Amino acid sequence: MARAVSKNAKLRNTAIAGSVGFLMFLPILWVVILSFKTEEDAIRAPLEVLFSSGWTTENFATVQARSDYLKHFSNSVIIAVGSTLLGLLIAIPAAWSMAFVPTKRTKDVLMWMLSTKMMPPVGALVPIYLIFRDTGLLDSRIGLMFILMLINLPIIVWMLFTYFREIPNEILEATRMDGARLWNEIVEVLAPMAIPGIASTLLLNIILAWNEAFWTLNLTAAKAAPLTAFIASYSSPEGLFYAKLSAASVMAIAPILIMGWFSQKQLVRGLTFGAVK
Amino acid sequence: MGQIKLKQVSKSFDAVKVIHPLDLTIENGEFIVFVGPSGCGKSTLLRLIAGLEDVTEGAIEIDGKDVTYLPPAERGLAMVFQSYALYPHMSVRKNIAFPLKMAGLDKAEQERRVKEAARVLNLTDYLDRRPSQLSGGQRQRVAIGRAIVREPRAFLFDEPLSNLDAALRVGMRFEISELHRRLATTMIYVTHDQIEAMTMADKIVVLQAGAIEQVGSPLELYRNPCNKFVAGFIGSPRMNFIEGAHAASLGAHTIGIRPEHISVSSEKGSLEGIVGVSEHLGSDTFFHVTIDGIPHPITVRVGGEIGLRYGDRIYLTLTADHIHRFDQKGLRLP
Repeated sequence: MARAVSKNAKLRNTAIAGSVGFLMFLPILWVVILSFKTEEDAIRAPLEVLFSSGWTTENFATVQARSDYLKHFSNSVIIAVGSTLLGLLIAIPAAWSMAFVPTKRTKDVLMWMLSTKMMPPVGALVPIYLIFRDTGLLDSRIGLMFILMLINLPIIVWMLFTYFREIPNEILEATRMDGARLWNEIVEVLAPMAIPGIASTLLLNIILAWNEAFWTLNLTAAKAAPLTAFIASYSSPEGLFYAKLSAASVMAIAPILIMGWFSQKQLVRGLTFGAVK
Repeated sequence: MGQIKLKQVSKSFDAVKVIHPLDLTIENGEFIVFVGPSGCGKSTLLRLIAGLEDVTEGAIEIDGKDVTYLPPAERGLAMVFQSYALYPHMSVRKNIAFPLKMAGLDKAEQERRVKEAARVLNLTDYLDRRPSQLSGGQRQRVAIGRAIVREPRAFLFDEPLSNLDAALRVGMRFEISELHRRLATTMIYVTHDQIEAMTMADKIVVLQAGAIEQVGSPLELYRNPCNKFVAGFIGSPRMNFIEGAHAASLGAHTIGIRPEHISVSSEKGSLEGIVGVSEHLGSDTFFHVTIDGIPHPITVRVGGEIGLRYGDRIYLTLTADHIHRFDQKGLRLP
């Protein structure tokens, strides 16, 4: 767009945008700062916190000593990746059939699936809890994998559906004319063409599953607890330990932030839902 | 072999009938063109033959075998799509080899056939490129290459040239005709462009609103159109239609006359008119002549350059042997 913008206006806009960005980032930054302070320093007034002399890494050591970080981390990885893969396994055929063999009801099914995301999850907590209790799934990684897969399935199907729809039907017809069976059509042509879309769906859903707190907090105790439960355990009845809570939070969000940083390109494409070609 | 027979084939989408029951036999080795205006059902008819759409009623036979319910992969036909439909993630070589791979041919044979097709289509230097690195004409050739390697019973072309620019289109037209002469395989070609139909076809099928209007060689349709629609559709510029008293004097509701069958004189003739816009093509000149009592201007062809100007008064004479007479319904009168 060619529009004349004066230098001053540019400067002003940059300043405003920068401040808004900084404001949004501030809480995270604060958590990172607190995690390197002693408990006494951490509860002081903000400016004092900033200029107090002591920086320490002892919080991280204490957190690791008190609760096994690696166990929670591996639970998070297994649950997030497992639920996403399970979701893809179910969503790829579903999205394929809706994108390439639509019926009159396809739109309704898609809308219905999305509408399940509009319900507050707590509405289903009691029945799910009872089912988990009676089937022995409480505090198990399999159970969480399953429930998080179900929670994110509508989003996975929607995203894949949008990607598959971008693939011209004529190309799939060409494979049929070329003598390909359904299996070859999917493996040799559809999947390679959809890989960018499948990859960004996978990344986004790992993040969603990683950050999911409601179900992970309510359905786990000790064995299967992922990092969300690990953070929550630091706001305890014994009192609030700001510095240790911050250290735990940093340890919980760091892996997913790093992953997100390295896969930015894929994620942006995933989040725009194929709107930009 | 490649004889294709349609028996009372019809197609409906929900309640809408897009192809009315029709019979058609396409002989082995024929170059047949389906032509008609947009939405006449020509592409649907091709897709029915390909197996990409299911027929609603009727049967399709290829070489005497009923293929009505066979999937496209088992009909032994190859198709070239309007959008080329190349596989974007494969090289040209892999694109062309894909049908051979699906047929389970061994690697050496695949390579031999791909090389042969590439040689015929001037693609040898491009075998390792991706489709996105090719021009429109080259992509078109890859699509044709992918079709010929299988040695199919028949080729189906769905408006293959409509994405190319005018100059390239003429070139590809020749190449496809040349290919047909060389391979002598049945080809079915869909187009809305009557010039493509006239120049390439052994036999033209004119379609309108899901029904066959006429089947015949290009010159048969040109000389003896069976109704007003075909008469107006085939030939460029269009046939002139005259209704009213002049037509009635010849015992018809409408008469048709092609631009080249009208002679021009500055002194006498059966119709008197005023010269309007003229189009000079060098070899020919077309005049649009306005005549009292006829609502549309009459197009007249005159050879080469001629000194008539806008607003000049001229006289036209219709060549009696070449007047087409139509009745009220638009059907040809004997």
